[in-house]
Parts: sequence; structure tokens; C-alpha cells
Amino acid sequence: MARITLKNLAHSYLAQPRSEADYALKEMDHVWQDGGAYALLGSSGCGKTTLLNIISGLLTPSHGRVLFGDRDVTDAPTAERNIAQVFQFPVVYDTMTVRDNLAFPLKNRGKDAAYIKARVDQIARMIGMEAMLSRKAQGLTADAKQKISLGRGMVREDVNAILFDEPLTVIDPQMKWELRTQLKALHRQFGHTMIYVTHDQTEALTFADKVVVMYEGRVVQMGTPEELFEKPAHSFVGYFIGSPGMNFLDAELQGDRARLPGGEVVALGAHYAPVAGRVQIGIRPEHAMLVASGGMPLTVRRVEDVGRHRLVRGELAGRPLNVVMPEGMPVEGLPQVAFAPGRINVYADDWRVAPQEGGAA
Amino acid sequence: MEKTWNNKAWFLVLPVLVVVAFSAVIPLMTVVNYAFNDTFGNNEFFWAGLEWFDEMVHSDRLHEALGRQALFSAIILAIEVPLGIFVALNMPKKGFWSSLVLVLMALPLLIPFNVVGTIWQIFGRTDIGLLGRGLAALGLDYNYTNDPVDAWITVIVMDVWHWTSLVALLCYAGLQSIPQAYYQAARIDQASRWAVFRHIELPKMKGVLLIAVLLRFMDSFMIYTEPFVVTGGGPGNSTTFLSIDLVKMAVGQFDLGPAAAFSLMYFLVILLVSWVFYTVMTSMDRSQSDIPEAM
Amino acid sequence: MLELQGVSRSVGGRVHIHPTSLTLQRGTMNVLLGPTLSGKTSLMRLMAGLDQPSTGRILWDGGDVTGQRVQDRGVAMVYQQFINYPGLSVYENIASPLRILGRPRDEIDRKVRETAEMLRLTPMLARKPLELSGGQQQRCALARALVKGAGLVLLDEPLANLDYKLREELRVEIPRIFEASGAIFVYATTEPEEALLLGGQTATLWQGRVTQFGPTPRVYRQPVDATTARVFSDPPMNFVGARKQGAAVSLGESALAAGSFADLPDGAYLAGFRANHLSLARHAPAAVEFACRLVGTEVTGSETFLHVEHGADRWVGLVEGVHQLSPGQPLSVWLDPAHVYLFDAAERLAAPAAYAKAA
Repeated sequence: MARITLKNLAHSYLAQPRSEADYALKEMDHVWQDGGAYALLGSSGCGKTTLLNIISGLLTPSHGRVLFGDRDVTDAPTAERNIAQVFQFPVVYDTMTVRDNLAFPLKNRGKDAAYIKARVDQIARMIGMEAMLSRKAQGLTADAKQKISLGRGMVREDVNAILFDEPLTVIDPQMKWELRTQLKALHRQFGHTMIYVTHDQTEALTFADKVVVMYEGRVVQMGTPEELFEKPAHSFVGYFIGSPGMNFLDAELQGDRARLPGGEVVALGAHYAPVAGRVQIGIRPEHAMLVASGGMPLTVRRVEDVGRHRLVRGELAGRPLNVVMPEGMPVEGLPQVAFAPGRINVYADDWRVAPQEGGAA
Repeated sequence: MEKTWNNKAWFLVLPVLVVVAFSAVIPLMTVVNYAFNDTFGNNEFFWAGLEWFDEMVHSDRLHEALGRQALFSAIILAIEVPLGIFVALNMPKKGFWSSLVLVLMALPLLIPFNVVGTIWQIFGRTDIGLLGRGLAALGLDYNYTNDPVDAWITVIVMDVWHWTSLVALLCYAGLQSIPQAYYQAARIDQASRWAVFRHIELPKMKGVLLIAVLLRFMDSFMIYTEPFVVTGGGPGNSTTFLSIDLVKMAVGQFDLGPAAAFSLMYFLVILLVSWVFYTVMTSMDRSQSDIPEAM
Repeated sequence: MLELQGVSRSVGGRVHIHPTSLTLQRGTMNVLLGPTLSGKTSLMRLMAGLDQPSTGRILWDGGDVTGQRVQDRGVAMVYQQFINYPGLSVYENIASPLRILGRPRDEIDRKVRETAEMLRLTPMLARKPLELSGGQQQRCALARALVKGAGLVLLDEPLANLDYKLREELRVEIPRIFEASGAIFVYATTEPEEALLLGGQTATLWQGRVTQFGPTPRVYRQPVDATTARVFSDPPMNFVGARKQGAAVSLGESALAAGSFADLPDGAYLAGFRANHLSLARHAPAAVEFACRLVGTEVTGSETFLHVEHGADRWVGLVEGVHQLSPGQPLSVWLDPAHVYLFDAAERLAAPAAYAKAA
């Protein structure tokens, strides 16, 4: 197990990168703590897979160093890095039994038979495959095969890190719950450093202690799920986290208020110094509320019943605005919308602006 | 997957049926006719029953030819299959070199059989052939027209040269379909090169490999043109394989009855072996997919 | 109008679809919801005419089309994979079904431009499909399905291969596109939330059987049996053994007043409730307390998933706010009886949750 340090790390797939745009991964400096559960979250092409491949040793970065603990592994091949990886699609050895699949990484490292048996039994219990141990892996369902992949990733105790590359893509929603819960339990029990790449915010937020949000080759925010939700550092984080994402409205800052283009005035709940650039306020649909009066006029376009809440899609001053109303709350006959003041964030040129005097935002 | 039923499709198959009838069914029936009759020309036939079959089953000449044939097929399979796999494993996977290698590999397959025979016939000659002269210059006593062992080696090397590409190309196609993730996983698991081959590459190649073995078996079991051009079945009868023997019997000696009985048995042997292969292949497929991936 | 009358299909002795009768009205959105291998694709292939039913009839606007070829039916299909002609421009891709039908040039041009506008593809008409993002490629495939004005449009998990956010965006667009087309849409998905967002009607599938068909919110709130409730809940519905005796109903160890269950006969039941109806505090006067053991928590930003063990049952709760609780500790959760469904011994719905009757 090891702390992972990324030092001035950058990567371009071109031999002679000319401008910043040529870099699939822009320069970054990060330290990932030993035993942490990290998620790399972003849409396809944001550089998360590039970063994962650099950590696993499949790619050598064009710049910078990768350290496991104090050891520089930048140029070390995959096999020497002592990591485990679980891929998007189940990778199992069809010709082997489930037991041999799980034992394979240990056998290759020359562990003794008694230890291997005990360890494999323990892992099989955790992934719920004890009954299938002597079966051939061939012909198992995708779910079962992916469980074997997870188990094989977990079987070595001494790995520096376990990397997961969208491991639940092929799994049914119901089964995702089970596997994710098992992963969490395994993390708690063994304390491996885990890095989980995904485009699915629910998976990232529920899995990780720290979520690393990537956008156009850059880490735009690294934080706890709560921080990403309440205080997105970049408008992309606001948009990407949450379903639907944060509402953004152009605004003009006036101390502790914001004036919208239509003349409406919003209380921000904190005082802001004047800022340059394009100013927007961001408000989560969960923090907006339909009200009878005392808010701003909202034109409702569509109401979607999502079961545990209702999603109101409307327009405020000509801009789309989404509002989430809890189950059982009425939405009819409420022509206005109000924002919870402490929950509004202010953005200048897409980056979050902190309020003065450590305000309540 | 079941398709909608449409009777019009039969009209499209009809030309093929007609061609097959003229090119295969009618000649085959003629052969059957010869196999059960005796003839002295003039289209006069006498019923011979199973006499020809009886004669052929007990013919030492046939037994010897069959033995040579089986040995030949066994040797070339034993060489071409492992060699083809080895070549496929070492072929470049992408880029300019992979296209170049693919074209080079395909070349021997494009040469007509009698040309292949002629090439090797000249190549191996001790007077003007590069190979023959070269070996002689090294002090080796090589002469495929006199020495049965040399003749066998020449015919086998020729077949290997001609057909290993086919096995290699089929295996290559099988290897290309293996996702990169498997190799990455194996590296992470610290699997040995042998384990990668045994547990990843071989299982994924199994399907195409069986097809390759089947094709090579059938072709080599019926081989005629190339050894005929190179050795003419000699020296003596040492490279007289089944089909060469058959032609000698039918065309050379004009023993049409025994030859017809012989060719029917030949046909049945190949059919039987192919059927065994097919059964093995499909049963392996079934065990591979006993749970459907998608409905 | 598409009618399936007792349609079933079995292949090699294995039943893919049990006898199914469904009526899909013109201009409706119909969701087929079920896990992988539940028969969604098989049912769609029967609707399209790609497969023939083993029994039963398929009627289109009252006429029997059971044996009719797929080419002769007005059907369009969109798959999970983005299927476009890679060598043709987006314009030519969209135009291709009309060219096959031999429509006049100006009509083709008009329809292609209309459809492209509806799917927001106008700026990309000259590009090749592989130069587009995944979402745009799938919109191109959708445009090709819609342009010929097919009466029946089948979508087989069309968003499954897209990124989460793109999925969200197309999910908003699909109902809009559907309303503009006037066709019957059939949309297969494994995700309950997707079904809810699309609205319309939902048929829940389980092991080749349609367990329920009706307006989506009603199927969600009034499932006819425990299987439907399971299929239509994400996270999965929680269950606990229940017993009614006179005026009292007991759920596991906890007792509550029979209330809305008063009319039920005495006996054993299975109680089900959804994750978001569990609470960490007494949130309603009638709420019942359950002593559980916490297995783990997952924070989604604004909410927390609680994984708890109640006796032998494994439950998932979804509560507001961020709660960092250490696993292994005893935890009390509360449940409002108004949110409890009761299923009988055969797992048929005995009594719907009180809140659902009101909704």
C-alpha cells in the first residue's frame, strides 16, 4: 500500500506538443493518500483514462513523475508497480475454474498453497461466490464474471493500489448496488488505496472519499461528495454533479445581492467583493422551491414525476431553470420560485468566487 | 437467429442447385455406376456387386497408399499448426509492417498449385536448382528423384511453404479479436508468457484453429498436383499418395471399376473425418455458450 | 394501434416470452422496463416482425400482420450501438431510408432538414458519423429512424452506451421528439429512473413475462405484485415479513396499528417499502422504529444511502443530508406505515401503500 504522488504530471499523445491544447492531460500536482478511496469522474475524453493508464504504467507521461510512496515508478513497467486493476468488461480466464482464477495472481508470485487456499476462500466469501469455486469460469453471466474480476483485483494483500476502470458498466442496476456495497466493505476491511474511474456521478460519489473531477484534461476540483455538491469550484462541476445539474443564471453582483437580467434581485446570503469577468449565480434544483408568492415568476414547461421527487422544468427570465420538489409536495398553483439564500454560489468566468468574511455560502 | 419465412428465396438458390447437380451429383452418380459394374468399353456394363470394394479393401497397394497419406497429413499438421501459431504470435499487430507482412504471407496462397510444384521441382534440382545446388555445395547428398527420404522432405517442405500462411493468417485473425484488457490484466497478474498463451491466446484462437486444422487436413489428404509435378509419386511408389494412386489406377491402367470403388471409399473417409471434426467443434461451442450472453 | 394477442415465443424448448397481450395506442410512449435477459429485446423483435411468435397474433390498426415481413411494416428501430453508415455524411445517413423508398428529391431534402432540425443536427449535416460525439451519433441514428415517418419506433436501450450526462440530455429530448412524431414509441430500459423520466406507459418485464402494464406513475406507486415492485425500484425495494392479527400488524419485531390494513384477513404477509421512505428520525407521528445494524453509508452529495441489516433482511435507505456514521454500529430507522405495501403469500399486492392511493 502506498501514497501516490503526481509531480508536474502532463501527457500528450503527440510527439511534439506545441500548445496546451495538444495535451490530453494538463500539468497537475496531486498527492493521493495511502488507503484512500478516490474516484476520477468526468465525461469521455476528459483525460481520466489517460491518467489511470499513467498510474498503472501502460503509458509513460511526457512530463513529470509518478511516485508510489517514496519510490519513483514513472518508468517502471506495469508488472513492477505491484498494482491490481479491474477493467470495464470482465476479464476472466475462461479455461480455469473460479478458484484458479482467483488464485492466479498469487500462484504467479509463488505464494504457498495453504496461504492461497485460505485467501481465496476469504475473497470468495466476500464476493459471494463460494458455491461456484470449482466451476469453470466459462459460461458464467457477465455479473458473475465481473465479480471474479473484482475478486482477483482484491486477492493480493500487498498491492500499492487497486485501479477500477468503469467496472460496473456491464452490470444491471440492481446488481450494481450489491457490487458497490461489496467494494465498500472490501475497502473498509483491507484498506487498499483505490482509484475508481467512471463517468457516472452516482458511482463516483457513493464510492469515493475524495472525488477528482476532470474536465478537458484538467482536474477542476478534488473534494468530498458534499463539497462537490454544495460548493462546486467550477461551473462544470456544478453541471456535471447532480441530476439535473446546477442552474446557472447571468447576474450582476451588488454586495450581498445579485441582479438578474430581467431585473429580479436575489439575496445571496453572503457578501461578495466586486469581480471581473462574466458573473453567474449557480443554484441547485434541490435548493430552489416553488412558492405561492415572494419569489420570482417562473414559467413551468414540464413536470416530470421521478418517483421520490418531481422535477419541474421551467424558465426564469427567459433562461431554463430546473426545480426539484420532494414527493408529496404540491406543484400546481405555485407560480413563483425562490432560492435558499445560503445555498447560492457565485461564479466569475466559470470559477467559483468565495464570499467575503467567510460567509455562509 | 430466425428470419422471416419467404419462399421466393428458393428461386435464388435454384441456379446453384442446377450447377451443383451437373458438376457434382451427376459425376458422382457415374462414379457410383462404375463402382458396381464391370466394363470393357462400348458402354457395356456387367453387374459386379461389391467385388471392387472387396478387392480394394484387401489391396496392399491401397493400404500402403493410405498409410503414406495418413503419415503425410500427420506430419504436415504437426509442422504447420504449431509453426502457423508461432508465426501469428510474432506478426506485427498494427502499422505499416503488419500490412506488409500480411501481403507477403498471402502470396504463397495465391500461386496456382501446379506452379508451386514446378517452382519446387526446379528449386530442388541438383543441376540447375538453387536449393539442390546449394545443398550439394555444402556436401550434402540430396537428390529427391533417387532418394525416397529426400523426396518426402521436399514434398513436406513445399507444403509447409505453401500452406503455413493459411494457418498463420487464421490464427492472426483470432488473436486480433482479443481485447487489450486481457493482456493488461495478465501483466498485472504477472502471468508468464506461457500462461498468457495457454489461458488467453489459445482459448480465443480455438475456433479458428479448428477450422485451420480441418481445412489443412482435408486439403492434405487429397493432395495431388504438387507432389505429382515434383516427384510424380516416386521414386518408386514412395510419394504415391491416395489421389496419385487413384489417377494411376483409373487413367494409367484404366481400371475404372476398382478406381471408382476406391474413390467412393476415399470420399467416405474424408466425409467421416470431417464430420468428427465438425461434431467436436460444435460441441465445444455449445459448452462455451451454455448461458446466452443476450437474448 | 399495435395489438399483441396472446403472443409467445420459445426457441428450442426454452421460453423467451410467455403469452403476452398488450395494446399500444397511437401516439403513446411505452417503456419496457426489466433487467437484462428479462425479454425486452425479444418482445421488441416480435413487435418489429424480426421474429415470428410461436403462438398468438399481432395486429396493426386492426389488421393481422403476424406473418408480414419487417420490410413491409412501418417500423423503425434504434439500438444500443450507434448504427450509422460510416461512409455517408449525416445528411445522406438521414436521407437513406427515403432514398430506398424512392421519394422525390425535394421531398427528401425537406424531410431530412426538418428531422435534422428536430434533433439539433443541422450544423453537422455535412460531417461523417465518426466525426460526431456519441450523443450526436445516436441522434443521427434516431433521425434515420424517424425520417420515414414509421408508425412504430422501437428503441432498445438507446442511451446505454452514452455518458451519464449525455444520457440525461437526450432523456429530456426524447419525450419532445416523441411528441413531435406522433408515432408509437417503445423504449426498452433497465433503469427505473429512466422509465419515470420518460413517463407514458410502462410494462415491467421479469423472466419473459409482462408483470404489469399501465401509466408509468401508477405502475410505480401501485405495483400489482412484489416482482413488479422489485423491478421498478432503484435502489431495490426493501422487504420484511409481516403478520396481521386483529387490529395489529407487526413488521418484523415492530408493531403498528392496522390502520389502512384493517380490512385484510389475518395472516402472514410480505411488507415492502422503498429506500427513500426510511428515515433517521421520527418523521411522522405514526412512524415505526426498527432496530438495525449499519453495514455502510454512501454519500451522494446532498443525500446519504444507508445500508442496514434488520435481522436477516438487508435494507437500503436514502435519507436527506450528509451522515457520516461508522459501520457496524446499531442504528434506528423509522418508517411511516403510509409508505408500506403488503403482499400476500403468492406475492400479489394485498394492500397498496396509503400514500400511493392518495397520489
